[in-house]
Amino acid sequence: MTDFPTIITQELKKEFGDKVAVADLTLEVEKGEVFGFLGPNGAGKTTAVKMLLGLIYPTSGKGEVLGAPLGDHRARDRVGFLPEHFRFHDWLTAIEFLHLHGNLYHMPGEQLNKRVPELLEMVGLEGHAQKKLGTYSKGMLQRIGLAQALLNDPVLVFLDEPTSGLDPVGRRLVRDIIRDLSDRGTTVFLNSHLLSEVEITCDRVAFIRHGEVLLTSSLQSLVEGELTVEVRARGLDQDIVAGLKHWSQNVRADGEHLTLTLTGEADIPEINHYLVENGIEVFAIRPKQLSLEDLFIQVVGTEGGL
Amino acid sequence: MTTVVIARLTFREAGRRKILLAALLLGIVYLIIYGLGFYYVNQDVNRSEFGPGILELNQIRNFLFMAGLYVVNFLTVMMAVLTSVDTLSGEISSGTIHTLVSKPVRRWEIVFGKWIGFAGMLTLYLLLMAGGTIGLVYFISGYVAPNVLRGLGLLWMNAVLLLGVSLAGGAMLSTLANGVLVFGLFGIAFVGGWIEQIGSFIQNQTAINVGIISSLLIPSEALWKRAAFEMQSPIVSALGFSPFTSASMPSTLMVIYGLVYAILALLLAIFLFNRRDL
Repeated sequence: MTDFPTIITQELKKEFGDKVAVADLTLEVEKGEVFGFLGPNGAGKTTAVKMLLGLIYPTSGKGEVLGAPLGDHRARDRVGFLPEHFRFHDWLTAIEFLHLHGNLYHMPGEQLNKRVPELLEMVGLEGHAQKKLGTYSKGMLQRIGLAQALLNDPVLVFLDEPTSGLDPVGRRLVRDIIRDLSDRGTTVFLNSHLLSEVEITCDRVAFIRHGEVLLTSSLQSLVEGELTVEVRARGLDQDIVAGLKHWSQNVRADGEHLTLTLTGEADIPEINHYLVENGIEVFAIRPKQLSLEDLFIQVVGTEGGL
Repeated sequence: MTTVVIARLTFREAGRRKILLAALLLGIVYLIIYGLGFYYVNQDVNRSEFGPGILELNQIRNFLFMAGLYVVNFLTVMMAVLTSVDTLSGEISSGTIHTLVSKPVRRWEIVFGKWIGFAGMLTLYLLLMAGGTIGLVYFISGYVAPNVLRGLGLLWMNAVLLLGVSLAGGAMLSTLANGVLVFGLFGIAFVGGWIEQIGSFIQNQTAINVGIISSLLIPSEALWKRAAFEMQSPIVSALGFSPFTSASMPSTLMVIYGLVYAILALLLAIFLFNRRDL
């Protein structure tokens, strides 16, 4: 098999009438990574995923999923999808539901007879297999939906807001499944507005607002970036503060409070040493890492998707 | 393969939602009432003191038979529309369509699968209702109307024609708008058919033309009229007018038009569903 990116898109655009849902979607998702697609509600995340799955036709632009052009039904053989809101045929029992979707994946009966109980156990629904989905709670629908998305042992899984409106147990399950998929080399495309979830699970994130990808970055480099340190100390004078320029170009002093921006954690003990050696009484040194949330606000802004 | 899976799903849904049960039970009630009515009327005319001849007897039997089939046609058309009016629009608006279409399937397979499922159900329904009516009339009186198989074929065509229209509407409109569209068309065909019927009786060409235009819009009433013409007794044809049968016979060309219309409706449903965003 040739080595192609799992997903690649170029200037994908979708308009509904005069409303631009996705303005410019240009991204690349590599094989095996967990890709977080972050943005406020209404930013165009679901429309983007639907374009990648062939549910919505782009107005312009192009893209490929697993080496096939967008909308090619054959590529979906190896794709799993959990749609948002988990709306399924509620007059089917869990077993019937999984068999139906297994049939749509063209899986033979014997394979399904083996696969379906495995999946029901994995999502913890083995005791509810004969119940109709109409009697399921939202958390149970999420679980059966996840099982459905993993029926064909996909190489690429799309999860559209998989935990929104769920209790912590449900979130934990999604997190565990994503980690498990990631360990097995499955590519995961995670749509979410829940930052903590993305922070824990994703390798790379893209921020989207008003249908435009604003920034794509690996989570590692985001976290390892600059950090701000707050210092509370007594006895500070101008010379001491000037001496701190050795570690930081950005130093602010306000009475007992110092704020400085560093390029890495390694400088903190040295700064402490320097202050103490100069007879300063240090009460506290607090590093403030830029969290994903700070970054989200920085990139996307506070007005959300409005 | 996908088509078969979706057709089975369609059947199962109708079963789970008690549509099959309701149709079956009410169908049986209809047949019981029809059978009783036919039995007593038949008994009465048989021992009538006027001592009707066999021609007149068969005339009455044919009239009752056509009245029964008129109801069967109407109920089958209702079944065709009511069962399918929500099937695409409902799945689109509830979002259940997303897990289906994101599978390695082509969209036409989903529409065609649903069509096969509903057409299968309508066939069974028509066999129960029309077959029951024919059987009751035969067992009670020994009468069989002419050309019943041809007549049934036309009723079946009528049902799948409306099924196709309802699927095409559902691929594009909301359930309610689709219902308004299909029943509106059905109403036009119905009233157009009557205008043509009366027009042909009083030999008013303009009225006939109005009827023909409505039949071109949707040939459902024309198909019924052709079916009725095929099955009516020769005397009624000679008399030229009866509420359930047909004075002016829609041409064979109109029947072919009906067939083409039914196929095009299905193709339109596939085309519209194929290109829409879900």
